[in-house]
Amino acid sequence: MIAALTLLLVFQLVGEVIARGLGLPIPGPVIGMALLFLALLLRGGPSEDVRQTAGQLLQHLSLLFVPAGTGIVLYGDRIAAEWLPLLAALFLSTFLAIAVTALVLSALTRKSRNPASGEIGR
Amino acid sequence: MTPNLEEIWVYLSTTPLLGLTLTLLAYQAAFWLYKRAGFHPIANPVLISVAILATLLLLTGTPYQTYFDGAQFVHFLLGPATVALAIPLYAQWPRLKAMAGPLLLALVAGSLTAALSAWGIGALLGASRESLMSLAPKSVTTPIAMGVAERLGGLPSLTAVLVISAGIIGAVAGRSVLHRLHIQDHAVRGFAIGIASHGIGTARAFQVSEQAGAFAALAMGLNGLLTAVSLPWIMPWVERLFAG
Repeated sequence: MIAALTLLLVFQLVGEVIARGLGLPIPGPVIGMALLFLALLLRGGPSEDVRQTAGQLLQHLSLLFVPAGTGIVLYGDRIAAEWLPLLAALFLSTFLAIAVTALVLSALTRKSRNPASGEIGR
Repeated sequence: MTPNLEEIWVYLSTTPLLGLTLTLLAYQAAFWLYKRAGFHPIANPVLISVAILATLLLLTGTPYQTYFDGAQFVHFLLGPATVALAIPLYAQWPRLKAMAGPLLLALVAGSLTAALSAWGIGALLGASRESLMSLAPKSVTTPIAMGVAERLGGLPSLTAVLVISAGIIGAVAGRSVLHRLHIQDHAVRGFAIGIASHGIGTARAFQVSEQAGAFAALAMGLNGLLTAVSLPWIMPWVERLFAG
């Protein structure tokens, strides 16, 4: 587990160095994710240790958003003043984005799907 | 309060221990409820944890910064967790490759819808410019959204709150939107949630199935990349178009 965590941190660090060094607007961890993905393609998959550690970390991904979310206490005044536009924009826009993405993807994949074999994948 | 208790409180409020422990306790309680509710999306663990912690901070008059000094250790793990998303992505690689074209088109459509509809609805209802620029990147992962908002003239810390709200909304209500549209495929469902609701949607998708989770993770990563490079030049253009 320690070896796997070290690996994740090393990829994050390299991603961070690339992001800052090249002045990219993309966060280091996202670059780290892309690099690790490439490494997995080259290596032919993760080790059992890495797979398990990643699984444990991702299983409780929700926990990691709690500290930033609690920052809502800083914005009581602004939310009181602008609650309607903020809430309406958040709800409607999130629903719209889900609907548009799902409809576009589902329309495009239905066409390319082979009717004889049914579902792609499993 | 006896002087002794007060001393303990003074000590605890200056160490990271309290903020960290409270975060984990609140999450344990929220996750217990989520489980008791049969993993129903409305019992979202992020929503319940934040509600518990925000109530505690407001009741005790504790400044957010004091709390965050402890909670930052949890916050830090977002970095390695983002890197770890490469593993489920790799597991779904054959299917991702087969769907590459449709995924890219859906990405562009969804990403633009997410940013422009948030800006448009907010502008129609009279939100301030700062709030609008904090709203525009609300569907992408927190660190990217904060950077984009800053560049656009929004407030990064307000953006973090809006991002997490958009995540919770998608995780809680995404299922009923997709149900109404008769979308069954876990790959499509995961991808749509990942576009609109980044990591929190991805967390929810992983609780549904690994396939949904992997597609959500891919959508989140791609939308983050696309938004980071596109919004800084799209938004000034949109503003000019409607300022006239």
